[in-house]
Amino acid sequence: MITLTHYLVVSAILFTMGVLGIFMNRKNLIVILMAIELILLAVNLNFVAFSSFLHDLVGQVFAMFVLTVAAGEAAIGLAILVIYFRGRGTISVDDVNRMKG
Amino acid sequence: MIQLLAFYLFAIIVCVSGACTILSRNPVHSVLWLILAFFNAAGLMVLVGAEFIAMLLVIVYVGAVAVLFLFVVMMLDIDFTELRAGVMKYAAVGALLALALVAEIIVAVGAWSAGTLALGRRVAPVADGVPNIEAIGALLYTRYLFVFEGAGLVLLVAMIGAIVLTYRKRSDVRPQNVARQNARRAKDATRNMNPAVGQGMDL
Repeated sequence: MITLTHYLVVSAILFTMGVLGIFMNRKNLIVILMAIELILLAVNLNFVAFSSFLHDLVGQVFAMFVLTVAAGEAAIGLAILVIYFRGRGTISVDDVNRMKG
Repeated sequence: MIQLLAFYLFAIIVCVSGACTILSRNPVHSVLWLILAFFNAAGLMVLVGAEFIAMLLVIVYVGAVAVLFLFVVMMLDIDFTELRAGVMKYAAVGALLALALVAEIIVAVGAWSAGTLALGRRVAPVADGVPNIEAIGALLYTRYLFVFEGAGLVLLVAMIGAIVLTYRKRSDVRPQNVARQNARRAKDATRNMNPAVGQGMDL
């Protein structure tokens, strides 16, 4: 029998992995963006699991909005990454503070 | 029984591919692992009865976001071995933080299972016999209509923003200027001359 706790554990592991990914790949902006996607996936999994086990659809509707924001964030983030790379020739996060102009 | 088996299959694959996403040396491999993670998370969602969100996950993430990542990774000419340099240095701090985080979450889940959570009032209870997609649609186009349109606006702004950010005027290429071509008329382009024989003409 699958319980809600099963889902919570899986999404907790995914969430933690996303946070760990941000810390481990501190130089590689692309992998940081991917780790953020992992975190949002874990959050979505939580929303859907709660929505299903509590018999309330709002969680799934909200998961859809999270999905929308995640897609927009990926698009804008990658666009900033591209122009940043064009200007500097590297995507190392250590130099990002020079972006202030 | 078969459900539990499928759950463990999906859960293990999603965890392993999540780990490989952050650990693999090549970002292209990272993106591919991420796609696998999304597929299996969609499987988990199907298992719990949320087909619409699961299919949306496959379409939006695998079809759009992951392909966007792949394009960017392959478009940028980056020396990735250099970027991997500090990984082990940060891994210790990151692991410590991750450990603290997972302990917190486990404590929270434990506290939650000690006294089960019950909703006092369901905002949108799931009706029996109504398909998932139909129920979500009925909710989305009535109560959450304005939020839904707001989500559309977010996507529009993201699209325009991405285009504006990455657009650049290049001086080394000569692109077609359609408006100028359409505005050109025959009387601007040609002249009718009738020069005398042997005179020639100035252009």
